[in-house]
Amino acid sequence: MKDFDIFVLPFNTGLYFILIYCVVRCVIWFRQLSRADKLRLQRGFFGRAFGQSLKEIFMESLIHRRILKSKPVLGYMHMSLAFGWFLLILFGTIEADIFGAKHLNPPYRAIFFRFFNPDHGTTGLTRIWSFWMDLLLAFILSGLLLAVIKRFIPGVVGMKKTTRHKPADRIALTALWLIFPSRLLAESFTCGAHGSGSFLTGTTGAWLASFLPAETLAYPFWWLYSLSLGVFFILLPVTRYMHIPTELFLIFMRNSGISTGDKTGTFSEVQIHSCSSCGMCIDACQMNFVTGIRYMQPVYLHRSIRNDEDITEIAHDCLMCGRCEEVCPVGIEISAVRMIQRRNKTGEPLVKNNWMGYFRNRNNVGSEKSDTGQVYNLRNGREVKQADVIYFAGCMTHLTPGIKEAMMKIFRASGEKVWFMDEEGGACCGRPLMLAGNDREARELINYNSEIIRKSGAKTLVTSCPICYNVFRDSYYLEAEVMHHTEYLKHLIDDGNLRFNYSGRKVVYHDPCELGRIAGIYDAPREVLSWVADLHEIPEREEKGLCCGGSLGNLILNPSKKAAIASDAVKRLTRNNPEMIVTSCPLCKKTFSQVSHVKVSDIAEVTADEIAAVQVRKPRRPASVSLKVMVKQLLE
Amino acid sequence: MNSMVDVLVIGGGVAGMEAAGQLARSGYSVILAEKEPLTGGHLKNWYHLFPDRRDGNEVGEYLDNLVKNKNIEIRNNTCITGITGRKGKFTATASDGQVVEAEAVIVATGFDLFDSRRKEEYGYGIYPNVITSADLEKMFRNGSVKLADGGVPARIGFIHCVGSRDEKVGNLYCSKLCCITAVKQAMEVHEKISGVKTFCFYMDMRMGGAYYEEIYREAQEKYGVSFIRGKVSEVSQGYNGRLVIKAEDTLAGRPLRMELDMVVLMAGMEMSDAGEILAGKSSLRRGENRFFSTADNHTASNRSNMKGVFYAGTCTAPMNITESISHARAAVTEVVSYLREKKQRDE
Amino acid sequence: MNKFGFTLSVPRVIDYDKNDRSVADLIAAKEPTFRLCIECGTCAATCTAGNFTDFSLREINVLLRRGENEAAAEKINRCMLCGKCILVCPRGVNTRNVLFIARETLSKTNGHERL
Repeated sequence: MKDFDIFVLPFNTGLYFILIYCVVRCVIWFRQLSRADKLRLQRGFFGRAFGQSLKEIFMESLIHRRILKSKPVLGYMHMSLAFGWFLLILFGTIEADIFGAKHLNPPYRAIFFRFFNPDHGTTGLTRIWSFWMDLLLAFILSGLLLAVIKRFIPGVVGMKKTTRHKPADRIALTALWLIFPSRLLAESFTCGAHGSGSFLTGTTGAWLASFLPAETLAYPFWWLYSLSLGVFFILLPVTRYMHIPTELFLIFMRNSGISTGDKTGTFSEVQIHSCSSCGMCIDACQMNFVTGIRYMQPVYLHRSIRNDEDITEIAHDCLMCGRCEEVCPVGIEISAVRMIQRRNKTGEPLVKNNWMGYFRNRNNVGSEKSDTGQVYNLRNGREVKQADVIYFAGCMTHLTPGIKEAMMKIFRASGEKVWFMDEEGGACCGRPLMLAGNDREARELINYNSEIIRKSGAKTLVTSCPICYNVFRDSYYLEAEVMHHTEYLKHLIDDGNLRFNYSGRKVVYHDPCELGRIAGIYDAPREVLSWVADLHEIPEREEKGLCCGGSLGNLILNPSKKAAIASDAVKRLTRNNPEMIVTSCPLCKKTFSQVSHVKVSDIAEVTADEIAAVQVRKPRRPASVSLKVMVKQLLE
Repeated sequence: MNSMVDVLVIGGGVAGMEAAGQLARSGYSVILAEKEPLTGGHLKNWYHLFPDRRDGNEVGEYLDNLVKNKNIEIRNNTCITGITGRKGKFTATASDGQVVEAEAVIVATGFDLFDSRRKEEYGYGIYPNVITSADLEKMFRNGSVKLADGGVPARIGFIHCVGSRDEKVGNLYCSKLCCITAVKQAMEVHEKISGVKTFCFYMDMRMGGAYYEEIYREAQEKYGVSFIRGKVSEVSQGYNGRLVIKAEDTLAGRPLRMELDMVVLMAGMEMSDAGEILAGKSSLRRGENRFFSTADNHTASNRSNMKGVFYAGTCTAPMNITESISHARAAVTEVVSYLREKKQRDE
Repeated sequence: MNKFGFTLSVPRVIDYDKNDRSVADLIAAKEPTFRLCIECGTCAATCTAGNFTDFSLREINVLLRRGENEAAAEKINRCMLCGKCILVCPRGVNTRNVLFIARETLSKTNGHERL
């Protein structure tokens, strides 16, 4: 029995190359982490995060639970290839260890076990073992068949658009596709010549041997098997398949508590490499399924960054609605990654690739945008009024005076001491500047507004615009509690400060991206609406909510395409013929109003219309006690 | 009821009445279908007409007399919702189930005024002192221009191009009459309220009609109407209850903020709902501006894509009364030659 | 040659032939709606930044189209990118993208070098 054959060399070269490469890459990535993140990772590695990560790797990287749940056939395809291959290697190694010539073999002995043990698997336990190994191979091949079908007939395997690939990806893909069929044929010929093998390799082998010289043909197929593996491994770092090893690293990092942040770094780079180009994001993207734009989805963004292309346009041509992030099976923080690209000086790639794309030269990280100095020259010493509640309508709300007037009516009915901070127009909250990547300028506005809010002594800041809401909540350091008016309305109801009549009107609620997916407020508007109207839901709600198309996240999309997205959303919202579309964002309202034949209203307008004539008001709570403190006191 | 008439005229506004009247005078039998209880169209609600500011009722009386003809059967409250048939035998159905048969059809479904609530930033339907040009005409007819609380406005702003030349509401075209109407209304406001200040906010002053430019001069010279070049972006209400408008004085190059007592929105013209319904239930073609599209812009502006169906008036594009009447008369000549040729063919 | 007295002091005239209009051409190529502006001023009227500083998108637009790039570059960074102007523009100009491209281009050329 032979111990070695020259044909294993391509496989050996590839395998040792990729192992060394992964180690080196991980070391480089680790060294580039910030000090805090390094500590996090170290703590995570020796702590609970380790177990969590192993579990996640098993569930997501092998079983592909998330894809399996939303697209079963696509999930099966990924699972059969990943989990099947994993089991094949695992049991192959055990097989080689138990049934091979000796213990602790080099990997090639397990991978090419049948070549070195052609007569194995004809008796007793070994027969069952061979059957199991054949079953695993069949499992993988079934997935491969699906992959081939998916490649040539898009839409069959549950995903409408397959991503476009570059040449290296194609070669790697071909190598990947060849691995298992060549293993099947190599094993079959060997088994055919030796009368061994189980239901798959045995039967195929016997049939092939009946009219072909099996012994002679087996050898070239073993070569092909080894070559495909070798090529696949060597190309791995420059193709999308790099996601296989990278994702493991990503899972460890994420479970250790590392997040994207606002600058480029190891984590964003690992995320970009972890993208498997599965294309789930393309299906979720309204720009794709409404307007047919198919070049800017996260798969393409990540690939272009990996390929070192100019991504200025891709980075900015996005609604930032976050629908893709909800469906991403790898859990990449897509919007944060895109924002990093926007912050970067345009036209310059973030990271330069060199040495055939195998390593990245971190010295060439694009410089940040230059400091433009103070640009707004905002006057201080603006008149500030003392109030318990401060109302910041937001730029957009000034173009939808219906919302503004409704809020004033609600404030009057609530009996609270309110100051309308931007009645005569105010400074922008700063979010649009951030979305365009101009953080420094945004900071100027934030400081200006913070000062006014602080001086007013308000305990609560109510805003009508979800965009402002997010920025006040996340990027300001305010003592006042920040509330969107949906939350404020709920709080008024909960406190018994405001009562409504039930109108019974059939309405549908549209979740604005910024209030829903980004701020996570889904229940408050529904609860408030249920007091005044008959709420009907559609499948595209909450996390699956649609973008109205008016998003300020996209700088490039032209108005007619935005209108098309809005019309499509309205069509879906009005499927059950509601009397009214209710939303809670002035931008959504304005965008929908332009294309909808059904009335579009803000939640504030709907509730303001139904304020009960007789208000039984509880004694007013002291202004200095915030809601949180009250809840705490009640609990105690 | 179902006996065949020569011509069915759909729409009893200025163009429809003129067409029906002229056809009847030439001896043709006509059914004039009007969806409202009375004929007269938008003219009924208009006070004075530009450019000479004569009483709109005078033109109304002329039209009423014209359609008092034994050859015309006026059917009020009849909204024609569909036309079928071809070459000299058309069947039209009304929303109430009536059926009218005619050898030729004139479509004169006219226009609807733009619903100003669609420009929410101007606050129509939200702030009581934001009104439309049509509302102001009603006030003129009632004899006084008053604020919602009964007070007398001291400052009135006119916002041009509301629902016209505006991609945001899907109307790219110019409605043609709003500029001159604003000038006329501003002058009339001065006549009703002494000492009032008026301001017209415009993008372009389109004074392309006989004597239009002259009354523009008169408005400046005699009444001191101010013209400010800049489209108003939004209207809001201040603490004192007065309206506040924001515009850019583009010629001064600076933002302009102004308090006003009343804002008048110069609502544009849109394809009428009745026309839309008719188009939906017939094979009549429409243009990108949603009005009916004519067979030829220059040489066949009365012909439709259905042989034997003709257009008169503002169902094809914004027009003033003079143009509507001329267009209706042109439609009559087309119908007459069509019916004559048909008769010759039949014999 | 008759200079109509323009050489007597710092010229106020917009020298259309000498001015560099390549920035405008570049913007129009990347964002064709740039050409649609009719200088109505709605954008400037509604502008959040315009309340605070001397900033008018309409003015920037016309300056760029005349090739007065330096004057435009001076003011262009004052935009807060809030996007209200997009919602009111009657011509459907994609204002934010116009501004974004103009900013990037002007920052590269410093407003006066030829591209």
